[in-house]
Amino acid sequence: MPAFTVAYDNAIAVVTFDLPGEPVNKLNREVMREFQELMTQLRANAGARAVVFVSGKPDTFIAGADIEEFTRLKTRTEAEALSRDGQELMNLVADFPRPVIAAIHGACIGGGYELALACHYRIATDAPKTQIGLSEVQLGVIPAAGGCVRLPRLIGARAALDLILAGRTERPQKALRLGMVDEVVPQSILREVALAAGDRLAQEGKPKRGTAAGATGFLLDRTPMGRELVFRMARKQVLRKTGGHYPAPLAALDVVRIGLEQGMAAGLRAEHERFGELAVSPVSRKLVQIFFATTALRKDDGVPPGTEVQPRRIRRLGIVGSGFMGSAIAGTAVLNAEVEARLKDADLVRVGRGLRAATGILDDRLKRRRLTRPQHQRLVALLSGSADYSGFTRADLVIEAVFEDLALKRRVIAELEAEVAPDAIVATNTSTIPIREIAAGARHPERVIGMHFFSPVEKMPLLEVIPHQETNPATIVGTVRFGRKMGKTAIVIRDHPGFWVNRILAPYLNEAGVLLEEGVPIELIDRSMAQFGFPVGPVALLDEVGLDVAHKAAKVMHQAFGDRLTPSGVIPKMLEDERQGRKNGRGFYVYHQGHKAGVDERVYRLLGVKPLEGFDLEDVERRLIFMMLNEAAMAYAEGVVRSARDGDIGAIFGIGFPAFRGGPLRMMDDLGAARVVDTLRQLATAHGPRFTPAPALLAMAETGAGFHSGP
Amino acid sequence: MINGRRVAIVAGVRTPFARSGTIFRDVPAVALARHAARELLYRTEIDGREIDEVIFSQVVPSLLTPNVAREVSLLPQLPPSVPAYTINRACASAAQAIHNAADQITLRNANVVLAGGVESLSDIPLLHSRRFSQILVDASKARSMGARLAALGRVRPRDLVPVTPAIAEPSTGETMGQSAEKMAKENGITREAQDRYALLSHQRAAAGTADGRLVSEIVPWFGGAGMDEVATTDNGIRADSTLEQLAKLRPVFDRRYGTVTAGNSSPLTDGAAVVLLMSEEKARALGYEPLALVRSYAVSAVDPGWQLLMGPALAVPRALERAGIRWSELGLLEIHEAFAAQVLSNVQAWGSKAWADRLGLPGPVGEVDWDRANVMGGSIAIGHPFAATGARLVTTLANEMRRRDVQYGLVSICAQGGMGYAMVLERT
Repeated sequence: MPAFTVAYDNAIAVVTFDLPGEPVNKLNREVMREFQELMTQLRANAGARAVVFVSGKPDTFIAGADIEEFTRLKTRTEAEALSRDGQELMNLVADFPRPVIAAIHGACIGGGYELALACHYRIATDAPKTQIGLSEVQLGVIPAAGGCVRLPRLIGARAALDLILAGRTERPQKALRLGMVDEVVPQSILREVALAAGDRLAQEGKPKRGTAAGATGFLLDRTPMGRELVFRMARKQVLRKTGGHYPAPLAALDVVRIGLEQGMAAGLRAEHERFGELAVSPVSRKLVQIFFATTALRKDDGVPPGTEVQPRRIRRLGIVGSGFMGSAIAGTAVLNAEVEARLKDADLVRVGRGLRAATGILDDRLKRRRLTRPQHQRLVALLSGSADYSGFTRADLVIEAVFEDLALKRRVIAELEAEVAPDAIVATNTSTIPIREIAAGARHPERVIGMHFFSPVEKMPLLEVIPHQETNPATIVGTVRFGRKMGKTAIVIRDHPGFWVNRILAPYLNEAGVLLEEGVPIELIDRSMAQFGFPVGPVALLDEVGLDVAHKAAKVMHQAFGDRLTPSGVIPKMLEDERQGRKNGRGFYVYHQGHKAGVDERVYRLLGVKPLEGFDLEDVERRLIFMMLNEAAMAYAEGVVRSARDGDIGAIFGIGFPAFRGGPLRMMDDLGAARVVDTLRQLATAHGPRFTPAPALLAMAETGAGFHSGP
Repeated sequence: MINGRRVAIVAGVRTPFARSGTIFRDVPAVALARHAARELLYRTEIDGREIDEVIFSQVVPSLLTPNVAREVSLLPQLPPSVPAYTINRACASAAQAIHNAADQITLRNANVVLAGGVESLSDIPLLHSRRFSQILVDASKARSMGARLAALGRVRPRDLVPVTPAIAEPSTGETMGQSAEKMAKENGITREAQDRYALLSHQRAAAGTADGRLVSEIVPWFGGAGMDEVATTDNGIRADSTLEQLAKLRPVFDRRYGTVTAGNSSPLTDGAAVVLLMSEEKARALGYEPLALVRSYAVSAVDPGWQLLMGPALAVPRALERAGIRWSELGLLEIHEAFAAQVLSNVQAWGSKAWADRLGLPGPVGEVDWDRANVMGGSIAIGHPFAATGARLVTTLANEMRRRDVQYGLVSICAQGGMGYAMVLERT
């Protein structure tokens, strides 16, 4: 079956792209070949006064390149050739003697938008599904079918860099404002408007495009000095954001510059050369793996495939505990899942504060124009609260988010069970208490499940879903699906102390404490991890998490896993000095009006250490990272995560483990178990038995197996 | 029973009633209405898909939401397919909304209806003078900057003084207070009698608040920038009010010979109240025990130039006749208190032969037993958001009828335009 069909309307060729057997349109070799033939035929057909591209898919124009095909690229030359072919194809469109119009509805991303860029006129629908942009850098590559060269010519260097370097997509109105498309119209008249544009352009010729508006625009985009400034600023910003770990944005920057300064042909050459390099680079490989992992997780309900369940559809949420977590869960659920969320707390003042905090999440979106005023008003009305359980009877999912206290949580579960329907899901939001203990004594333990949200809930992309032994599949599936509707990547975790994320985080944070006690300066510890690729270092992270919370978690972990996790003396000393971290403005760092302002030097005296110099940054890095890696290996062997995929995604989304390293398990696979064991043994000799390699690693070193590849 | 149907009052709630310009100063009326309706849905745990219609009332409409009922029915807790309309029968508005709901249920056009009312006198439209409006219109139509400036140049300082809608009878120009003053004089209601009545209203409302009966009808309001200024009670009730204090207040409408003061009148108030009504069979099918059933209702009107607030003198006997019961069978009464002078005038009219003759009634309606009337106070203490009061009265009456296990109860309301409203509820 062909992917393209042509129909004629008023002597205008309407080309419908509808990739057979796929939910979305994407560009691959086969499609490209067919497309090339089509363009050649159309070129020869003088009866076609203009060409209009539309999509046959309901909600995508073209989602981008076929990424599966990407992974099969073996060499740089192969990748370069793919890019060159794509560029030539786009040139066929751009150089088409008669007007070509893109009629865009739905996702128009990557190669899809590069095709639209090659067209002479772009019309998009105003539907929320319509998203336009070049997202290639997110996969560690750059737009490679002329996008790096054409976009800056269309909308100016500044705006183009903004889009390409962040890999961002824009909504229709913004795209129109930026000049990415020429018109935005309701979906109902897209085809009509496109045909009219075809008719008009066929008579008047292709549109002449002006320069970016305004004096500033002219100075920055059109003068050598202005451009110099633009590129310098962009480079600085990229380096700040990526720490130099991600080469794609820098490559894009170069290509955009060459395209603007040395002309189209030079730009395209640079584009396919750099793409070739990047496409087979380890960073891109990792990012593509993560892309596939998250895509797979979007379809993974957390139970073995083929399990027959009919999970409850979640329309109403009841949340007990309107504090920091409860209110953020409510606000995020309302925002992303558009469910009713009812907060319950012991007194109305607390309920009110919780409602305020939840509403704040919506207000923020309104301020950033992610919500219109009517949308905001509708969502706010989904939030309500009470000091009793009114409104809980018909809740489909209730989440307790009260203080981390087993007796209290059990009491709340009992109260909830008295209110809700027998098949409603009863979730507990905990980071330290085993779910089976919370569920013990429940009338229906089979619908009790753990939901471990990360703070701040509205920003953190991960959700750990923790069934205990008796939790039934419908509850698991219902919870996972709801977590996804909340916009989270949900991974199903075994009910084991610390679950996954806190389990591998605990020894890492603890090692930071040990380093501190040895006199390693705080900046040095944090800098080493920033260089490794973490967004924040472990000491700063402790301040963020809250030292009281970290202390409690450390005790639980020590109890569960013994000597290996003997807490350093640092946190108790900090707590004695009433230092809880950012939340009370006193931590390892100084906070001025909520802003972190350098290390608090008094901490060293408090800990009774002198910050030393001459520490080996590499040794600091190894100690911190290998504590985490070793723990990950142990937890993996205990079946805490269902797959290496889940483990890596959890670490990347939950802790900010550097994505370009692919996650802790992937990193060990890349190093090889034997080398990991060697390093751990060296560390154990130098620093103590807590570095003793996990038995699983020893076994893997024997067999040569990996976490991802299996035995 | 009409048409084989009886109409059940299933539940009712209201926001706190607050003196205008206090806690709801920055809250649009529509927000109060939506808040009350939404909380009623949660408290009754009803599935929003069961609601057939929303009827709301508002006496002073908001310019931006002229059909406030539709904004209520567009709550996300309800399907968007629930139709809605807004009515106005002055101070009897919410009672009328309930009455319309009952009609539709009786006619089998609906099974479940939300009916209520909202008023915010903090949110009233301020009008420009006609002259100023005309200048603005001319300016907006002007084709050149010069013409626009010329039009705006006609503005004089006095044009900028806004026109506030007064609570005055358009047909007579008499304000509500002046009417009450006139009734006090003509019916011989003394200042002391009025003050004593007002004091009783406050004392009973304070007791009803303290023992939780009134509070149970109120949905908490989360106010203030942090939403942590929580209001759960009405803010006009004065538990510590005394006769001496009331006696010190100066008459407002006739400073020399008058008796009507701010103390013995209902205050300008913001608030919303809403009631859930169902056919009796639907209520039982959904597992609700009705608080009470609607037995009858009647509306009357008199010449506004006569005794403006005397409508209940006619409406009450009419409703009793329709109910087929005698005054003496009423176990509880809720009488709207616009002014103490009005309540006492209505009471006088119901109880006297002379009034019966004057009104063309066969005989006196009956004497009010104050142990069974306004047992938790009334509008003088609790406040009177015009279009919400009717729903408050019905809710309070129905709840108290259940507590006292009373068979028949009466709501009586005087309304602007010389109208009177009465409704009889029953329990089986």
